[in-house]
Amino acid sequence: MRYGTAASACFALLRRDLLLSWRRRGDALNPVLFALIVVTLFPLALGPEPNQLARIAAGVILVAVLIAGLLALDTLFRGDYEDGTLEQLVLSPHPLPLLLASKILVHWLITAVPLVLAAPLLAAMLYLPADVLPVLIAALALATPLLSLLGAVCVALTVGMRRSGMLLALLVLPLYVPVLIFAAGACDAAQAGLPFVAPLLWLGAALALALVLAPLACAAALRISIT
Amino acid sequence: MAHSPDHDPIPLLEARGLVFARNDEVVFGPIDFRLMAGEVVLVEGDNGAGKTTLLKVLSGLLVAEAGEIRLNGDALTLARLSHQVALLGHLAGLKGDLTAEENLRFAIGLGGLRAGITPVLALGSVGLEGYEDVPVRQLSAGQRKRVALARLLLVPAALWLLDEPYANLDRGGIELVNRLLDEHARRGGAALVTSHGAYAFTSGTPRRLPLRRAA
Repeated sequence: MRYGTAASACFALLRRDLLLSWRRRGDALNPVLFALIVVTLFPLALGPEPNQLARIAAGVILVAVLIAGLLALDTLFRGDYEDGTLEQLVLSPHPLPLLLASKILVHWLITAVPLVLAAPLLAAMLYLPADVLPVLIAALALATPLLSLLGAVCVALTVGMRRSGMLLALLVLPLYVPVLIFAAGACDAAQAGLPFVAPLLWLGAALALALVLAPLACAAALRISIT
Repeated sequence: MAHSPDHDPIPLLEARGLVFARNDEVVFGPIDFRLMAGEVVLVEGDNGAGKTTLLKVLSGLLVAEAGEIRLNGDALTLARLSHQVALLGHLAGLKGDLTAEENLRFAIGLGGLRAGITPVLALGSVGLEGYEDVPVRQLSAGQRKRVALARLLLVPAALWLLDEPYANLDRGGIELVNRLLDEHARRGGAALVTSHGAYAFTSGTPRRLPLRRAA
């Protein structure tokens, strides 16, 4: 008999979720297309004045990425809840927080990383100054995993409900506010020629904290949702 | 090791005074039963009698209102960390986009693997040879049930909790479930099977655990 370890269980879950994403690889483009369209709306609404657009560029991109992530959040546990896999995860002898952390990691890789990669294109569309772009990408790289982790806790709470989309947004958006403030703060400071490292460090610290605590909260929330 | 004075073997699963209540309304109980290794017990009851709920309580998914559950003599909280319980619920936990074999490999990764069996062998013994590479989405409801049964053969759990395993199965499938249960009992495993009474076992008479909706 071979019982397997927590590491092999996480690996099996990572492998399966990546395989599932690969089978539905068209879906991975949706958040990027959404952010692209949202960003396109701003020049249409505000006029194509480069200076004006450059001033709001970083903020618009951050909000677009945040909302794209919010829309993708619902798929995190939905499928597993509906087909009973989530019950098997909860019943598995391995630590649930670790298994959920693996799921969140794959979800971040599939939904958020394409958005971070698309950031230079979005930035170019809004005339973001070239020297601010690295700061924007750094802020996104730190903020998106944080958003995924915070969002996962709220998804875990609402997974048992039907049509939980609006409720999920109401739960998640207040939690996203501090992340948005620090990420936008770093970009603003960089654009004004001021030191921008401190807000990025705050994001990094929050990410470290969320990496440890969010999977635990997520597991507790999921046990409540399932019963 | 402590021996009981009358040298009773320790039951694989034991429930004492088990009561489950939802919103202060008692769903079932109090019930007492013992399930020894090598035994198959049929949980009988009408729709809404709490059969599914009982299995969920016994697997640790739901928390009982009162009473205790012992697995091999230990309180159930340890069961979550052991590899002893396999639950087959109404939902099979299969991914339509993955093939039968990929689904089973994931189940092994999560639950471990019994000695001397592989996913291909397990699919063969539930009558699905040649379906290894077919996406589960393309299988019929009965075939999906068979894939879920193959999962039970692979994971090294001694206690099977089967919720309506006969649903969606044809005559051959019903015989298959009975054969798998027989083999599992002979290996020293035990099973608790719910049924609303529509099917009879073909071999032997299993012990029955009647469940009635609490008044």
